[in-house]
Amino acid sequence: MDVAVLILLSTGLFMGWSLGANDAANVFGTAVGTRMVRFTTAALICSIFVILGAVISGAGAAQTLGKLGAINALAGSSVAAFAAALTVYVMTRAGLPVSTSQAIVGAIIGWNLFSGFPTDSQALVKIVSTWVACPILAGVLAAGLFKLTAGFAYRINLHLLRQDAYIRAGLILAGAFGAYSLGANNIANVMGVFVAANPFTSFEIGDVFSFSAVQQLFLLGAIAIGVGVFTYSKRVMMTVGNSLLQMSPLAAWVVVISHSITLFVFASEQLEHALASAGLPTIPLVPVSSSQAVVGGVIGIGLVKGGGGIRWGVVGNIASGWVTTPVIACVVCFISLFFMQNIFNQQVFRAVTYVLSEPAFERLNASGVATQSLRPLAASRFDDIKSFRTAISAAGPFAVSDERRIIELARIDDIHVAPAAIPTSTASGLSLPQIAALRRLGGQRFRHGWQFADALAAADDAWAPRPDTTVNKTYNKALRRQIDSVIRLFRTVGP
Amino acid sequence: MKTRKNFELFGRTKALESEIDLFLDQLSQSGILFGRALATYLEEGASDDFDRRLQEVNALESKNDQLRRSIEHQLYQQTLIPESRGDVLGLLENLDSVHGLLEGGLWQFSIEQPDIPQQLHPMFQELVDCAVEALESLVRASRAFFRDIQAVGDHLHKVMFFEKEADKIGTKLKRAIFATDLPLYEKAHIRNFCEHIDNVADRSEDVADRLAIYTIKRTL
Repeated sequence: MDVAVLILLSTGLFMGWSLGANDAANVFGTAVGTRMVRFTTAALICSIFVILGAVISGAGAAQTLGKLGAINALAGSSVAAFAAALTVYVMTRAGLPVSTSQAIVGAIIGWNLFSGFPTDSQALVKIVSTWVACPILAGVLAAGLFKLTAGFAYRINLHLLRQDAYIRAGLILAGAFGAYSLGANNIANVMGVFVAANPFTSFEIGDVFSFSAVQQLFLLGAIAIGVGVFTYSKRVMMTVGNSLLQMSPLAAWVVVISHSITLFVFASEQLEHALASAGLPTIPLVPVSSSQAVVGGVIGIGLVKGGGGIRWGVVGNIASGWVTTPVIACVVCFISLFFMQNIFNQQVFRAVTYVLSEPAFERLNASGVATQSLRPLAASRFDDIKSFRTAISAAGPFAVSDERRIIELARIDDIHVAPAAIPTSTASGLSLPQIAALRRLGGQRFRHGWQFADALAAADDAWAPRPDTTVNKTYNKALRRQIDSVIRLFRTVGP
Repeated sequence: MKTRKNFELFGRTKALESEIDLFLDQLSQSGILFGRALATYLEEGASDDFDRRLQEVNALESKNDQLRRSIEHQLYQQTLIPESRGDVLGLLENLDSVHGLLEGGLWQFSIEQPDIPQQLHPMFQELVDCAVEALESLVRASRAFFRDIQAVGDHLHKVMFFEKEADKIGTKLKRAIFATDLPLYEKAHIRNFCEHIDNVADRSEDVADRLAIYTIKRTL
């Protein structure tokens, strides 16, 4: 195995460790803070379920790449993972619950700044709106749920000890469920970018038990998360569970449940799809972060209780941590990329070639972008994003969305559908009609990725996006991921 | 495995609930026996009946001591009710101290056998009734603390009421004692017994005050 891959892999493990140290606090913080569940018990349950979630549900073929997948060179994504992990580690040291996803997005923005790729302005809006919307939603939900459950508990008059036993069981169940989702949803951020450079091989024991290479890789990442939980999560757990507000066991449970509901209701594409399919009005999807949901939930309960018990100083520290997390990750990533590229001579981003070809012009005209001023650029070749963007800017001011469209359509992928590389089974995550369509295109070449996507759609309906409605959103997103993965598979330029 | 552990947890919880109930039952029983024993004493002096009741209170007090230790042990060993554990222990220990006063008071009667003049008997009986009622209300408040937190206040209110009544009757009784023609040493002797009984009501009120705080802390 390549030593460089191992070194790069270790940054992923560091990311996993940081994730465990920080995010485990979201699911077990209130339980441990109220002393309802012992730290060692919480850490054990959390680690086991994180590992199960990562290995069983995390290995979904279509979505293994994670957010860091936006970065197109392994060394670059490793540096970004390192920057994000370091930021989360610093915040964990300070005992602050922060969003790992935001640290990653911050690091990606750092990479964008370094490499010249345009930053998706939606990502920035997403970060900022999460700071505000998510805690408010979780807070309102927790406050309502707390009123409801407390009223119910007063009404049924359970014995103090029995109430304690039920709440304890509830906290453990909710925590186990939360840890499972944590593993399933975040493992891609920890290990996803290494899937392509996976040093493991699959093995099977009989017909019953198979353990794929991706699952082994994810197991390794999940163990790193587990180690993070055991070694370093206690401090953040105490901040969430005790420093912010002195909580009763019932309040602790309400916080965990309302955090899970917030994540499910306001972030679940499946729920949106199910509601839309049933002809029901959908709930608008809001970007959510579990750290922010938990803190919002605790504050919501504090306010319902009169607001006197909330330590606003701690709230202030946490909120400032949210603002600084993406910023620090961005700066650290930028600086580390500089060192990685210039001192260690590693390729931290892959230069992409751009050519405004005739088909690209046709497509741009069709989508309503004014192309006259771009004509002089036709057939010119740009070997990196920076020079291409400078040329576009010089050609005339374009709206941000138009600029993004131009860059997207001019991108050269040089695709060759090599018959030998066409997947043969559905284990690849593709359906049989999709594989058949690929076979029909076997041997053909495409300059642009979007031309390949068009050809696929024409070859079979299984590759065609559905009309852009709420019901079809999930389908189209999944299809987009499949298209991206086959483009990567058949691309002949770059890694 | 976890599910089985949870069921075990519920089973253990049930056993512990019964132990706490038994602890309160035995304290309440001792309160009633205390009232009966003193009524017997006023009627018959330190008779066999009085002695039997004293022995019963004595036995209940010892059992409750053991029970309290067992409950405390389990609460800590199984790390149950972490938020209210200290308060529950405090409550049980304080209730136990009232139990001690019942037992101690009866022993004093048995050892010193004060000669209480007939005309003071009704007032003594009234004082005993108030002390027993204060204790009984305290036991009800303690039960409610475990099972029906919103009812605790009602019972605590009664503890306060009976303690005030006991104070008034006690003062009246002491005045009556010192208004008799008995020699001073006898007056002082009988007054001590008035205080032994009043102490039960006073101590009940002290425990009730603490319970009021525990209740505020226990709100969800």
